[in-house]
Amino acid sequence: MSKESNYIEKLLSRDYEHGFTTDIETESLPCGLTEDTVRAISAKKNEPKFMLEWRLQAFRHWLTMREPNWSSVVHPPIDYQAISYYSAPKNAADAPKSLDEVDPELLRTYEKLGIPLREQEMLAGVAVDAVFDSVSVATTFKKKLGELGIIFCSFSEALQEHPDLIKEYLGSVVPYKDNFFATLNSAVFSDGSFVYIPKGVRCPMELSTYFRINAISTGQFERTLIIADEGSYVSYLEGCTAPMRDENQLHAAVVELIALKDAQIKYSTVQNWYPGDKEGKGGIYNFVTKRGECRGDNAKISWTQVETGSAITWKYPSCILKGDNTVGEFYSVALTNNYQQADTGTKMIHLGKNTKSTIISKGISAGKGQNAYRGLVQVAAGADNARNYTQCDSLLLGDKCGAHTFPYIEAKNPTANIEHEATTSRISEDQLFYCRQRGISAEDAVSMIVNGFCKEVFKELPMEFAVEAQKLLGVSLEGSVG
Amino acid sequence: MLEIKNLHVGLEGEKEILKGIDLSVKAGEVHAIMGPNGSGKSTLANILAGREGYNVTDGTVQYQGNNLLDKSPEERAWEGLFLAFQYPVEIPGVNNIYLLKAGLNAMRKHHGLDELDAMDFLALVKDKMKALKMDEAFLYRAVNEGFSGGEKKRNEILQMAILEPKLAILDETDSGLDIDALKIVAEGINALRSPERALVLVTHYQRLLDYVKPDFVHVLSQGKIIKSGGSELALELEKSGYSWIDDSQRADS
Repeated sequence: MSKESNYIEKLLSRDYEHGFTTDIETESLPCGLTEDTVRAISAKKNEPKFMLEWRLQAFRHWLTMREPNWSSVVHPPIDYQAISYYSAPKNAADAPKSLDEVDPELLRTYEKLGIPLREQEMLAGVAVDAVFDSVSVATTFKKKLGELGIIFCSFSEALQEHPDLIKEYLGSVVPYKDNFFATLNSAVFSDGSFVYIPKGVRCPMELSTYFRINAISTGQFERTLIIADEGSYVSYLEGCTAPMRDENQLHAAVVELIALKDAQIKYSTVQNWYPGDKEGKGGIYNFVTKRGECRGDNAKISWTQVETGSAITWKYPSCILKGDNTVGEFYSVALTNNYQQADTGTKMIHLGKNTKSTIISKGISAGKGQNAYRGLVQVAAGADNARNYTQCDSLLLGDKCGAHTFPYIEAKNPTANIEHEATTSRISEDQLFYCRQRGISAEDAVSMIVNGFCKEVFKELPMEFAVEAQKLLGVSLEGSVG
Repeated sequence: MLEIKNLHVGLEGEKEILKGIDLSVKAGEVHAIMGPNGSGKSTLANILAGREGYNVTDGTVQYQGNNLLDKSPEERAWEGLFLAFQYPVEIPGVNNIYLLKAGLNAMRKHHGLDELDAMDFLALVKDKMKALKMDEAFLYRAVNEGFSGGEKKRNEILQMAILEPKLAILDETDSGLDIDALKIVAEGINALRSPERALVLVTHYQRLLDYVKPDFVHVLSQGKIIKSGGSELALELEKSGYSWIDDSQRADS
């Protein structure tokens, strides 16, 4: 490869924008994980007894499990005893009741992140639940949503106020025995978000959570549970950042979505955890279990993710299409640069009749980044007329990166209709030259071509996120073209 | 406007393609560079536009009094040099209108002008499209993706009409066009003829020159301009083909 790769290399020498730390007194549990740790977390949150029991079951099961090794990611062994499983801003003990009570330092952190936490978001129509390290700091617009019967609060709060809903739905999509990281999360999760949309209600605004890992040696184990009751609709956004640290930090989250009859859930993620430096030092290990179940007929769940951060991304937002005529969608952009690794994809489990799923995956590999799509399309014997369309496109920038595709298809019903398309391409010298001849700088041209490559996914994102995602890709590829 | 002196160019690490080109183009002039396949026509067009991968071993190129060869492709574009591509490349997912606007605004920025907003730009584009009989749907399709050969070439002329270059080099713009498309493209080119603008038409066939009459015709063969003359030279070539060139060259050497 000639000049093209030089340009791209320069373009890729970027810096992480969200690498600041926040100086806040925190109260953390000492590092280590025993049954006492689990009890301590539960006690700190004053949880109902069923919750502690569930955590303990998960913990005991976790002790019997081994870290999975089937994915294509490579990392040194994680010492689970060297992690602190709980960290909270100190004055959060008497939880803030409004934004005025939130530590101003914390609010400045959110401002730096560009998170709309204040009242002006009313205009943007975004309600934010901000999770800082392990505790939900503030949930905006609770009152306005409350008038519609919508519950949008931290997981801890939901445990106090709506324990019945949690008892009924928690673990019903991702059981505590599901997998190593989900089981760990079930034992030690510290907080997260809870959403309930009542029957027939269309949530009038995008609900949004921002996660940030700040403290040293903490893991973040949040848990999100979203229930869309019959005929309801909700669009949920999730964004993540973390400061720059030399050591790796673990993030093992679980997200469960339940869509009842005729309900729709749209879940969008922009993940920009610290990816590590150019030599691959530091960065977040992002091991996440996300799964939604279309429990009732005609339900629909749509996952859209833009993954540009993390040293390692390991996540497969999936859909269980249980009801008849249910629809599952997965739209993904995953960018790996420097030494980042991503093993991501989805599982579409067709159980009901006339179920339909769509998978559009766009992988961009740059630097020495490794990017794998891993997907399963499963059609059960009773799932008559199931349809799936899968499209996996990989874009390579430079010649030291890699793209891998692992599609699995298991069809047990002869009426299934499954399509799979895959392409691998690179930004050609011809494309770059063409744009530059029209007056567009090499840097802008690469950003434009990459954004074009991701277009089918970006158009699925809510407007304000689409702009952010485009900028993020621009920044992720930014550098100093001399 | 353009002053090429004794230009020698080879592909990186390979044999020489251009072996001493001399060419002088003034504002307001239309030059045609003709020649058989492999004579170096496209190399000349590419080297002027700044494509990488070539090696200039000797000679100079002055554009508006400055050394052209040490400028980046985008700098050349900002200063009014335009290349209509022989094979316009497809860019999936990028709207045609987006590319057009980004190019024009980058150029305006370079010249200290305000960037055009979406409304003003759309008005400008629609106006230019009408002249080229192009459907508006073109604007919202991905750059050149799924365009027919004729559509791609018309799209190049549209870009030229919007960017209003000082020096436009058209590389085999007539190839792959049927007669109706050829006429439309030729009209588009003629509309851009002006005393301030120079055009260089690179072409294998004479037929474009029936519609866009050049002031000068140069015959390129084996990396050298072997004959220059007025528009009548093109007709002569059309009549007797390129074989006589080869004969005369053989006689020379």
